[in-house]
Amino acid sequence: MANIIRQLQFYLTYPFVQYALIVGVLIAFCSSLLGVTLVLKRFSFIGDGLSHVAFGAMAVATLFKLTNNTLFIMPVTIAAAILLLRTGQNTKLKGDAAIAMLSVGALAIGYLVLNIFSTSANVSGDVCSTLFGSTSILTLTNDEVKLCISMSIVVVAFFCVFYNRIFTVTFDENFTKATGKYVAFYNLMIAIITAVIIVLAMNLVGSLLITALLIFPALSAMRIMYSFKGVVIYSAILSVMGALVGMLISILFSTPVGSTIVAIDILIFLMNCLMGKLMRR
Amino acid sequence: MAYMSCKGLSLGYDGKKIASHINFEINKGDYLCIVGENGAGKSTLIKTLLHLQDAIEGEIITGDGFKAYEMGYLPQQTMVQKDFPATVWEVVLSGNIAHMGKKPFYGKKEKQLAEEKLKELGMWEFRKKCYRNLSGGQQQRTLLARALCATTKIILLDEPVTGLDPKVTAAFYELINKLNKNGITVIMVSHDLQALSYASHILHITRDESFFGTKKQYMKQEIAKQFLSLGGEKKWQIL
Repeated sequence: MANIIRQLQFYLTYPFVQYALIVGVLIAFCSSLLGVTLVLKRFSFIGDGLSHVAFGAMAVATLFKLTNNTLFIMPVTIAAAILLLRTGQNTKLKGDAAIAMLSVGALAIGYLVLNIFSTSANVSGDVCSTLFGSTSILTLTNDEVKLCISMSIVVVAFFCVFYNRIFTVTFDENFTKATGKYVAFYNLMIAIITAVIIVLAMNLVGSLLITALLIFPALSAMRIMYSFKGVVIYSAILSVMGALVGMLISILFSTPVGSTIVAIDILIFLMNCLMGKLMRR
Repeated sequence: MAYMSCKGLSLGYDGKKIASHINFEINKGDYLCIVGENGAGKSTLIKTLLHLQDAIEGEIITGDGFKAYEMGYLPQQTMVQKDFPATVWEVVLSGNIAHMGKKPFYGKKEKQLAEEKLKELGMWEFRKKCYRNLSGGQQQRTLLARALCATTKIILLDEPVTGLDPKVTAAFYELINKLNKNGITVIMVSHDLQALSYASHILHITRDESFFGTKKQYMKQEIAKQFLSLGGEKKWQIL
């Protein structure tokens, strides 16, 4: 045990490890805030669809050899988010079908592009690391960390200021519309922020596992908490804990970052399920 | 002048009419019951009155100090709400959103109003309970309290007693009646003939010729006899 602590202390002196921990915790925090709304609005799959779009965009971005991929991926994903939200309200193309179409479509195109135009010798290695996360969390530049911090501040500020509105929109859209509030605006903001978080989280857990970061903390918290505020706060705590523990384990035992975090999240979910059952007795 | 008067209203989706020539008005203190068969356009009328969708033809004029978006709405419950983690207090407080303008947080005034409405409806002791664990009748009271936080003038209830047992239903109607006597205007959509017994006015929607009038006038109509006889002799006598 003492050995492990000494090892951790040694790793924590490196700035890249510190960056990774800061970014990881921030992303986990933001995604859990949003996850509660997404889960309750039955939007979980939007997260999944968007993450695949982000993967496709990433593939295209590497093709153009841009200096900063995020600048390309972010607008594309945001556009997809707006598109998905609009088709969700269109009765001709049902929301879930549209999401499924977009998500597999983007995945296929992304892989195709990577395969045909790739300059690297190890294509499947590249694909694997974008899908499941990679060591890229450990190679974050100073700018990327700053971007992540400022985006997190925006997300948290939005969530705090509009907390009561978000609750009303999530609980009862029609009631909110009937009071003359612009529900479409809040839905749009939620979709855009989801897109932003997904692009940021791609570095941490890879595009296939982002949905886990969004929904697991919220679902875990809902096993135990029965007030909206309680669920939001508890899921944020769980999410940050899961990310922190997952990252530390992955650093110590050199396991893949993304899947370790998700595994911890699953463990947390099971524990909360059990606690919920016991408490109800 | 009336709170709201609808003239030559035609309702429908995507330009397809499902009901037309709807004329009625609502004055302060009225208790309007909207009846009609399934698919006649009751839900569409509600959405139109709430400005959730536009009417195909005709106009809705508001007056007498009543403005659009001032209606307190008690919707039919959705699946989402059945397992939503929120306390009664959080739900009722959210009704205040209607008159908060750009203010982001609830102040003392909003909390006082929510407390008052909860006490009025006998739900104060349940304020810390989870909404999803309440009984059907308690859930409806919670939503009613929320609607009352949103308005002081008109409440609009969309089939409020669906899924409630007869005893709770009767108590709920009694409660609505009490609110109406205290000055709130009520618009209620209902399948349930029992609802008619408290109503002052009836709007019966059909495809092309809707009826609107006081309950007395309605009872003399052929359409009323047909509609009410479906409920059997016994129901007829309630009225």
